[in-house]
Amino acid sequence: MSRKFEFSVNGSAVSVSLDNEETPLLDVLRNSLGLKGTRFGCGLEQCGCCMVLIDGAPEKCCTKPVSSVAGKKIVTVEGLGDASHPHPLQQAFLDEQAGQCGYCLAGILISAKALLDKNPKPSRAEIAQALDSNICRCGSHNRILRAVEKAAAVMRAGAER
Amino acid sequence: MNASLPGPLNDNPNLDRWVAFPSPGKVTILTGRVELGQGVLTAMAQIASDELDVAMERITVRSGDTEKAPNEGYTAGSQSIQFGGVALRQACAEVRALFLEQAGKVLGCKGNELSIRDGRFHRNGASTGQDYWTLSSAIDLTCRATGVAARKAVADLKSVGTSSRRLDLPGKVFGDSIFIHDIQLDGTIHARVVRQPNRGAAIASIDERAIRRAAKGPIEFVRNGDFLAIVGNDETAVDAATAAAVGHVVWHNVEAPTPTQQEASWLLQRPAVDRAFGAAPGDSQGRERFERTYTRGYLAHASISPSCGLALYRNGKLTVWTHCQGVYPLRAAVAKILELDPSLIIVHHVQGSGCYGHNGADDAAADAAIIALQRPGQPIRVRWRREEEFIYEPKTPAMIVKVRAILDEGGKPVDWTQEIWSPTHNLRPGAGGNLLGALALPNPPPEPPPNDVPEANGGGATRNAEPLYDIPAKRVLHHLVTESPVRTSALRGLGAMPNVFALECCIDELAERGGKDPVQYRLSITADPRARAVIEKVATMAKWNADATGGTGRGRGIAFARYKNRAAYSAVVVELFVDEEIRLHRVWCATDAGLVVNPDGVINQLEGGIIQSASWVLKEQVRFDNGIASYDWQTYPVLKFTEVPEIEIELINTKDEVPLGVGEVTAGPTAAAIGNAVSHALGTRIRDLPLTRERLTAALLKD
Repeated sequence: MSRKFEFSVNGSAVSVSLDNEETPLLDVLRNSLGLKGTRFGCGLEQCGCCMVLIDGAPEKCCTKPVSSVAGKKIVTVEGLGDASHPHPLQQAFLDEQAGQCGYCLAGILISAKALLDKNPKPSRAEIAQALDSNICRCGSHNRILRAVEKAAAVMRAGAER
Repeated sequence: MNASLPGPLNDNPNLDRWVAFPSPGKVTILTGRVELGQGVLTAMAQIASDELDVAMERITVRSGDTEKAPNEGYTAGSQSIQFGGVALRQACAEVRALFLEQAGKVLGCKGNELSIRDGRFHRNGASTGQDYWTLSSAIDLTCRATGVAARKAVADLKSVGTSSRRLDLPGKVFGDSIFIHDIQLDGTIHARVVRQPNRGAAIASIDERAIRRAAKGPIEFVRNGDFLAIVGNDETAVDAATAAAVGHVVWHNVEAPTPTQQEASWLLQRPAVDRAFGAAPGDSQGRERFERTYTRGYLAHASISPSCGLALYRNGKLTVWTHCQGVYPLRAAVAKILELDPSLIIVHHVQGSGCYGHNGADDAAADAAIIALQRPGQPIRVRWRREEEFIYEPKTPAMIVKVRAILDEGGKPVDWTQEIWSPTHNLRPGAGGNLLGALALPNPPPEPPPNDVPEANGGGATRNAEPLYDIPAKRVLHHLVTESPVRTSALRGLGAMPNVFALECCIDELAERGGKDPVQYRLSITADPRARAVIEKVATMAKWNADATGGTGRGRGIAFARYKNRAAYSAVVVELFVDEEIRLHRVWCATDAGLVVNPDGVINQLEGGIIQSASWVLKEQVRFDNGIASYDWQTYPVLKFTEVPEIEIELINTKDEVPLGVGEVTAGPTAAAIGNAVSHALGTRIRDLPLTRERLTAALLKD
């Protein structure tokens, strides 16, 4: 008996019908909605590859039942920007060449977005703290930290204008 | 007469395996090297851009594809640029020469009167109206390279030597469907394997009802001997069923590694193939002997994504998509286990997460292929589970390295023996290693004969076992341990990390024994100017102070290596603090990699190597406890954002030297520099990795 779940993803209302209300939000994003930017890393809420914003808060969604996000606002990496209109964070990651294999980056960008929404001028230590819920295995950490600092500066300058 | 060709071009001499002009204004270059996150395809495009004189924007790179791309074996060993890049460069030079000759014929002039600007041919500075694309119909690129065409002089290279932006990075920050995990073919069937715990384990019973109940959606079982998979359209249901299957499939003949087997010391009493090379046995002639033993435990590749493979068997042909490091060796191995002719199999490389060596990628592809053969016409997508990756990926072996030095009256080593105990570092399918799924099929393949990477290819356990220093007699004793509790294979640098850790820590111990500064001591036994240059450079960068007091909780250490003793040179200084645990503060690194194609790409690789090595040294060891007890990120923690040190890197400018790979060069020096810095901070030495809190406490109590 399928049930309907309604929520918003990247500003658009979506409605999905599923038999299993425990289906993880990650599976819904990737398989039902075709949004592949949010990655599967562990299925254990440990690595942060599947980080999305749920009503503005960064949350791992690989085990989060879709029923728990009914009526909520989800933002994924695709919702930050695209090649023609990159988010300052995405632009800063490109400017700093912050990444190697890049599998962790979507989740890291979301964690960084959540941090900058709350704290527009974080210290290096605060950025590192906020990103400790994400794992990077290639060792791009310092570039990522620099990119978030840079994006924060760009966003502050934009806000002052 | 054919001049000699770079190896990979000699193996794939037809130029159409390397370069194509598919449509006006477009160039396709083909390479057997694959993108693993190291930025290699960008570097290849830069090389082609220079040698063909076309803008980067015109170039598409096709890589790792048994249909079209050259067979270059594995993308491994930091050899892509040194060998694959040089081959591509020569192929492009040959193509350029052919086109210049043809343009000369068309224009009635000599080829050397012409120049090329972004693909267009000019004469006396004026456009001739000819370009690669107008001329391409007259040139047959299926011809063979001759080796006669001259590559450009280094001084004439424009893109090479600049930090061109990575071609693969935009897709990664915008969340595009670029990973193998993102491929969704029409009618995709999701599949998970219920893994055979070990070779010889047999399925006793399957509680299908319980598994179906847990699935909460339609699933099917696919079985061939003791190879069992759960498949279905609904990935969520397949995942749930597989998680439940762990408790509802009972196996006979299960063997599980024990805590005793976890430690390197277990290797000492095992059967082994004993080898020796280098100088004849030395006689200390009454001189002082110095002996120390260093160990390291088993490590996991711990790729951030579990492995994934896709396969489709249709009309008697099999197509496989994989993120493995060698599509041709995988094709041969899959052909063998499925008893198919390799010509009926196409293997495409698609990016996965960083692998750092032989992880589960080949096995996941083979899993998909095995299932696909039983489900013709259906695209099969296998994605390993997190614990499956940790438990079943090949581990890098534990190693024991015993160093014996004989010293002259000045305290310098005159004779050096490095004795190693290690299981193999190479069970890649291309080296005779088995694909995991094949072990569960009826008629499993036999165990491969004992084997490790030969010294001619850099060695496996013996990699960097000989110090580069000026020591009159050096020898290596290698015990290739043939009994291992887990499957072992290649991880970034193979034996180089434990060997450099051992010898560079021992060099520090010798310096300390003689009351010498570690930097000066190294310089006193090194004449190689490129080695001296990186050591001196890193000491300057770090403002190395020979008089820094030890035993204060703050420590500094230096270490050096030339990767494989024939590739890039790197020296590393680490500064750290030790209280209850080790906190890395700063790392400096000077590296000489010859001609650098993309400086920022090289620095990115060096930084990654430093951080990964630091993670190995401080945190990582695969634990055994009635099975693999390191099965997720909590039981196998890696370095976090709040734990990474600041890193400063400088490249030595040696652009007239051949380009050398850098992915692996920092692993050994970083490990030893940390070891030396910890010893400096504590005033006592720890010779066993990882440098855990328990080992710190034990070392301090011992004093």
